[in-house]
Amino acid sequence: MTLQQFMNEAISPWMREDGPDSDIVLSSRIRLARNFSQYSFPILADESDLEHISSFIREEYEHQSFQDYQEFSFIPIQKLSPVERRVLVEKHLISPHLAEQDHSSAVLISKNEQVSIMVNEEDHLRLQLYYPGFQLTKALEKVFELDDWLEEKVNYAFDEKRGYLTGCPTNVGTGMRASVMMHLPALAWTQQINRMIPAINQLGLVVRGIYGEGSEAKGNVFQISNQITLGKSEEDIVEDLQSVAGQLIEQERKARNRIMEQSAKRLEDRIYRSYGILAYSRIIESKEAASCLSDVRLGIDLGVIENVSRSILNELMVLTQPGFLQQYAKKSLAPNERDVLRASLIRERIQLEN
Amino acid sequence: MECQECHQRPATLHFTQVINGDKTEVYVCEVCAKEKGYMTYPEEGYSLHHLLSGLFTSTNENQQNTARQQMSNLQCPQCEMTLSEFKRVGKFGCSQCYQTFEDYLDPIFRRVHSGNTTHHGKIPARKGGDMRIRKQVDAYRDELQRLIKNEAFEEAATVRDKIKELEKEIGGDEA
Ligand SMILES: [Zn+2]
Ligand SMILES: [Zn+2]
Repeated sequence: MTLQQFMNEAISPWMREDGPDSDIVLSSRIRLARNFSQYSFPILADESDLEHISSFIREEYEHQSFQDYQEFSFIPIQKLSPVERRVLVEKHLISPHLAEQDHSSAVLISKNEQVSIMVNEEDHLRLQLYYPGFQLTKALEKVFELDDWLEEKVNYAFDEKRGYLTGCPTNVGTGMRASVMMHLPALAWTQQINRMIPAINQLGLVVRGIYGEGSEAKGNVFQISNQITLGKSEEDIVEDLQSVAGQLIEQERKARNRIMEQSAKRLEDRIYRSYGILAYSRIIESKEAASCLSDVRLGIDLGVIENVSRSILNELMVLTQPGFLQQYAKKSLAPNERDVLRASLIRERIQLEN
Repeated sequence: MECQECHQRPATLHFTQVINGDKTEVYVCEVCAKEKGYMTYPEEGYSLHHLLSGLFTSTNENQQNTARQQMSNLQCPQCEMTLSEFKRVGKFGCSQCYQTFEDYLDPIFRRVHSGNTTHHGKIPARKGGDMRIRKQVDAYRDELQRLIKNEAFEEAATVRDKIKELEKEIGGDEA
């Protein structure tokens, strides 16, 4: 397989579409936690109950299509190798938690990979829907339709007072996590982001690195999401997130302009040095790769670098993760072997466009 | 004073350790305190476990005893999770747990969800049919009050008719 083909598989088809403000917002995502009322939650359910849920979902929804998201494929997690599981996590199609399950669990993925429905994660169902760029309202509207479509056949655990009942008290109510993935290099360089995070937290929103809880922001990509799920409507939660993300977009643009005005040469130097590292290094660790990719992507956004397409950040952030590298090599690799392969993959990717 | 573990950094922390009844004084730096386990650091991020434990132990001893007694009795009829297990893992075992542990939930939700304890969002389309209509009727009633206050009687009449129609729908379902 050529690198081009491999790359095409690494990137979910929906990611190739441009969305509003996609110079800064890489994607918008909404996830809903839902449970069947008649079964215990996955942490306590019998294997046979989990099996029931899994096969029910398979029978009802495999090969079904939901609107324009195309046909669903049903993938049992137990049948996947550790590397395959990891690849799904790196593509953000399943959560790290689902990848670790050894009980009966699965995922339904739409052909364009915009929709995935995790089965027997912490909750019986986790519906996840992505849109490119800044499109939270659209994503909310669509995830509601998906939810209604499922609810025709599933008896949801719902209580008038507490809303959608979930395994963890932190998800009860709407069961919703809405999030936006943002590339904020200028706010990160000027340290402004650190000063903004406490204020964002006070609004009931959380800022974290891209691979979920506890991970640092790799390549200046931050995920902003709601923390509160009870007592506020989904629309209000999305509106809050939308306005905070809108502020961040504005501040990021201002910071980029200011850097361009005040220290264009230094910025250009930094962007080209990072480009040089990506184009010529023979060994590169994932952290350095992510930070160089962030610089190059900013260079593209600012028109400093012209012969590389914008999708390079999204593509290589996924491609250079350990799971993908090992899938590409078709064998397991020690960390130092990965650093060598990562460097060569990046070099090849950059040459594809030169 | 230098750290007695690494002998490099200054000792900034002082502990009294009791092993088999023998007291020893320990002078260490912060790094060694963490590495050698003199100090336990809270897990990174948000720990629901600590939160729940805090809630149950913040009462005085008398209340604690009663709480303990109730805790040992309280068990979810569907999934068999006990209150003390719920407290330990910080997760519900099934949807029935919400009713079983109802008396203990408000303070937990209040802390986790900025003071909120009741749902104000989406209602399932099929299962929540009546509930949806009732919420809509409530919303119309608020609107009706507002219209009457503003003396917009014509619009108020329209809203009143809508309420009547919806109420008929709920009544019809029950019959
Ligand atoms: Zn020391
Ligand atoms: Zn239960």
